[in-house]
Amino acid sequence: MLFLRSILFFLLLSHYFFAPIFSGSTEEEEFSEELLLKPLPDRKVLAHFHFDSRAPPSTTHGRHHRIFPKAIAQLVQKFRIREMELSFTQGRWNYERWGGFDPVSSANAKPPGVELWAVFDVPSDQVDSTWKNLTHTLSGLFCASINFLESSTAYASPNWSFRPFSGVLRYGALPREAICTENLTPWLKLLPCRDKAGLSTLMDRPSIYRGFYHSQRLKVISTESGSEDRVELGILLEQTLTVVLQPGELQPSWSLSSIFGRKITGKCVLAKSSTVFIGFERNLISELNDLWKNNEKNWVAETTSGSWNNPVFQLSLSPGRVIEEVNNGHGGNSAILYEFSIENYSDYEPFDVSLTWKRPLFWSPPRAPFHVSRFLMGSGNARGSIAITLKSTELIKGFMGDNVIKDGCKVRIDVFQVVPWYVKVYSHTLQIFVDGEAQIVSEIIEKIWVSPSEDRVSPGLMEMFLRFPCNMKSAVLTIEFDKGLLHIDEYPPDANQGFDIPSAVISFPDFEASMHFLKEHSSESPLLSKFQEKNRVLSYTEILLVPLATPDFSMPYNVITFTCTVFALYFGSMLNVLRRRAGEEERFLKSQASRKVGPLPQLLSKLFGKLRGRPAKASQSLSPSSSILTPKFILKVLLVAGIAVAWHYFSE
Amino acid sequence: MEVTMPSRKWAREEGTEKRRGGDLQRVGQKVKAGNGGEGRGRRSAGVGRGEGIRAEAQRGRRITVLQMGQKKWFWVWVTASLFFRLLVIYFPQNLNLGSRPEVATPITSLRRLAEGYWLKQSFMSPYAGSMYHGSPLLLSVLGPLTVKRIEGQPSHLICSLLFLLADFVTAMLILAIGQKLQLAYRQSLKALKVSTSEILSAGDIAALIYLWNPLTIVTCVGYSTSPIENLMIILTLYGACSRLAPLAAFGWVISMHLSLYPAILIIPVILLVGYGPDAPPRKLFLKRNFGTDGNDPSNLSCYQGNEVATENMLPIRPFLWKPVLHFIFWAIIWSVYVLVLCSISLKQYGGLWEMFKRTHGFILTVEDLSPNIGVLWYFFAEVFNFFRGFFLIVFHVNILFMILPLAVRLNHRPCFLAFAYILISSMLKSYPSVGDSALYLGLLGLFINELADMQFSFFLFCGYVGVSLLSPVMHNLWIWRGTGNANFYFATGIAYACLQIILVVESIGAMLNHDRVLRKKSTACP
Repeated sequence: MLFLRSILFFLLLSHYFFAPIFSGSTEEEEFSEELLLKPLPDRKVLAHFHFDSRAPPSTTHGRHHRIFPKAIAQLVQKFRIREMELSFTQGRWNYERWGGFDPVSSANAKPPGVELWAVFDVPSDQVDSTWKNLTHTLSGLFCASINFLESSTAYASPNWSFRPFSGVLRYGALPREAICTENLTPWLKLLPCRDKAGLSTLMDRPSIYRGFYHSQRLKVISTESGSEDRVELGILLEQTLTVVLQPGELQPSWSLSSIFGRKITGKCVLAKSSTVFIGFERNLISELNDLWKNNEKNWVAETTSGSWNNPVFQLSLSPGRVIEEVNNGHGGNSAILYEFSIENYSDYEPFDVSLTWKRPLFWSPPRAPFHVSRFLMGSGNARGSIAITLKSTELIKGFMGDNVIKDGCKVRIDVFQVVPWYVKVYSHTLQIFVDGEAQIVSEIIEKIWVSPSEDRVSPGLMEMFLRFPCNMKSAVLTIEFDKGLLHIDEYPPDANQGFDIPSAVISFPDFEASMHFLKEHSSESPLLSKFQEKNRVLSYTEILLVPLATPDFSMPYNVITFTCTVFALYFGSMLNVLRRRAGEEERFLKSQASRKVGPLPQLLSKLFGKLRGRPAKASQSLSPSSSILTPKFILKVLLVAGIAVAWHYFSE
Repeated sequence: MEVTMPSRKWAREEGTEKRRGGDLQRVGQKVKAGNGGEGRGRRSAGVGRGEGIRAEAQRGRRITVLQMGQKKWFWVWVTASLFFRLLVIYFPQNLNLGSRPEVATPITSLRRLAEGYWLKQSFMSPYAGSMYHGSPLLLSVLGPLTVKRIEGQPSHLICSLLFLLADFVTAMLILAIGQKLQLAYRQSLKALKVSTSEILSAGDIAALIYLWNPLTIVTCVGYSTSPIENLMIILTLYGACSRLAPLAAFGWVISMHLSLYPAILIIPVILLVGYGPDAPPRKLFLKRNFGTDGNDPSNLSCYQGNEVATENMLPIRPFLWKPVLHFIFWAIIWSVYVLVLCSISLKQYGGLWEMFKRTHGFILTVEDLSPNIGVLWYFFAEVFNFFRGFFLIVFHVNILFMILPLAVRLNHRPCFLAFAYILISSMLKSYPSVGDSALYLGLLGLFINELADMQFSFFLFCGYVGVSLLSPVMHNLWIWRGTGNANFYFATGIAYACLQIILVVESIGAMLNHDRVLRKKSTACP
């Protein structure tokens, strides 16, 4: 009864949570494609493709899908995935220049290489085996070496600092994975129109891989609904591709055809909506407002001959709609999105929007409250220490107001770090410096969870809740480690390049990056509703490259023979010393002199004699054959043969 | 009785240079203890050739004065060694000995112990992860000391002081063992009526070798728990020498608990408790007694003139079962006690099985391949995985193989047998450190009289100096500068293993030879 009730409660809960995702969706699978283009402060352009596929829980379709990719649906069904995110990234997101406090960066800035995390809906003892199977499946699906995450030394199970799922969440990262078209092609295959139609036609491989940052991401969320015996599975698949491109060498102005080399020739016919947004950040708008404060005219509304014109920039096409962020107390400025629907464009009239800057404009990106970086200290291959620095970006003051900054004000920072086992971290050496002064660790740390690394079994996991004073300028966390020596087989092919430590995740739970729009705007666009979700502000740190001492890879035989020789030397000389007795040597020598020559030396002397051409001395009536075939000798041979046969028999 | 030892004129051994004239009357000697050139000089006036009783009496008095002076000098050097340690303790940052692979192994590193203590304080098993592999008892004793800081003093100062104390106690116990051995040696020589040159006070020399050995000093100030392990081993030997069964059992159980290898010391300890300290072979006494009984016609003529010998029968020490049973009883009590204490301290963290897996299991399976002065780390880093189990068995059985033959040949010299066992186990153990060699080199000093004729002693001395200088250089070249590779460091490990092999083989050979010479001398006609 209790069980039933709990299931009912769970169903209600899940319905409550995931209802917004499927709100307004009839029992139809949906696909929508969107592209957000955004000028960045350093004159680069951010292009963020967002493809959204939904398979609502339905009783009519069963296992058949119209546009939803079957591979993903099977994956979710087989491994009972509650939530999964897989990202392939090349390059590092520049939090200082491209921002770290907006929905795009907090959800789409990913660490270099492959990152995979998944939450399973299976009993906790099956999570690991499910994870292993999942990595193999994804590895095949995306042509990547995700299967390396199968080994228990490669993944961790964070408790609370990464996502609030305990026990059923697994996290793994492959920092060295190289990303290329072979990973993009299977990803595009999941789209109903692939890259043949719609926004994805823009993905010209040379253009998007030329960028400064390239991250393709796939996120799956599943919901269960229905009765106990018949569980309906609703799946939401979110595919994003985020690229940062340089429009030109000198000109910050760009058009779709200049940055991608292609134009959009129409929408994907299967898509419910196909929209291009050009977004302007809050700070950019505030700069514009400052610029035109004295001017009577409002700078926003000036449409001349089909183009959207104002004294600072010009859009070649007039947007279908101007969506303004609903202001929620950011100093009167709000971000603006220009929406272009590409319903009406076709091969004959391709969509190609361009943004032309008329005068240089400088604005600062929305930075995260702290700029985070991580680096290694120390030299040599024996030990070192990891340092994480946090530098205040003075955002807290603006955010909380000057008067709030008092002694009692604290800001929380979560640190989540996974280190491979060969980096043996000494947790007791953790030191925290605030503004250059060493602090008592227990005063800063609110909560800490360390799962120390076990040799060849599990990586080291460190989760921390830290509370720093708000008026802090900078903070440094250092922790020492020893480097281990691996077995010769455990080194990768290029061992002297070093080993990569995956990025640490620093999140700021006191801050949330979200944009608010009017209901009528956001309900139509999955991208905008995504922006409206409360995203945790987080930063991924740099990957660390740790060089490890290497053994000589060409020497295994030499080492084995040398060591065994030393041991044989020990054993032999020891036995010799112990065996020797007083007077025995003399007796031995005497007996040696009087004894007859054995068969083997005699044979040898015969042989030498023959070789020298002299006739061998006649042996003193001794037939070698008879001396060899003594009963004792035959017995020995038989014994050895018997042992060999028995061994063979038992080992078979 | 004018049989002189067929000794070489010069006999040098590790840290000790001894000059001995063939003439018994001339005593001129100089003993240097300590590798680094710090030594002590002992001079005695040459005594003229024996000319009657007056001269004899004079000589006796001189010797007592000489011994008084020696004692004074001995204590001066002991205190000097302790002050030298204190001095080095105050420069810990510059030396950074705690992270040297030669000094601190995964088993003995104090840094890992601090990590284990931190884990325990955070309500986790101290064996979580692969950091700590020591005893839970050591953790409860040393753990709180690792976090205690005194303002303005180097970190881990209290631990260092504790290790200093442990070193001092070890040296004193070595001294006591040496005195007991010397007494036994003198008695047995007297009983056998073998006269040799003067007997050096082996205890003093051994204690000073132990205290002034640079390897001991490095271990003491290098944040490693080896001084405690060494203390426990020496405590075992001392307890066994003085037939204090509870003490011997305590030392043996604790040292076995700390590092497993001293388990094989049970054989010498039982022999020590049963027979008493080292003596020439029992067969010799039997033969001698047999000969004096007059049943052997060939020897009868030799001993006829010797009236004194027939009067007092030589003491043949029987094997006393009572103290041995006593020892075993106490060993059981102590091991139960230790196990109960461990299980109490690890109650929430997996209990005793976890402890055995993480301490003794870690020693036996050689999981940590980080470089040390042994050869096994590199061997197991290179060997093919499917042979790993086989070679693990081979290397560990190598220690066990030698137990029985050595016990058979050296059962009359249990202290030396213990020395040989310690030397063999420190050579073949999975995570060797210089702390082990500090122990056996100190013990080597105890047998200075018996091993005077050891061969290759100068070569061994040079070898030890060379390896201890080259090993840090090679490690630096490989790990820090990156100009060398692992083979450089492994080569010094091989050289070190070879040196130890030569030392153990030669010392055992010399000891057997010594017994042989004693037999020759005692059976020879006067």
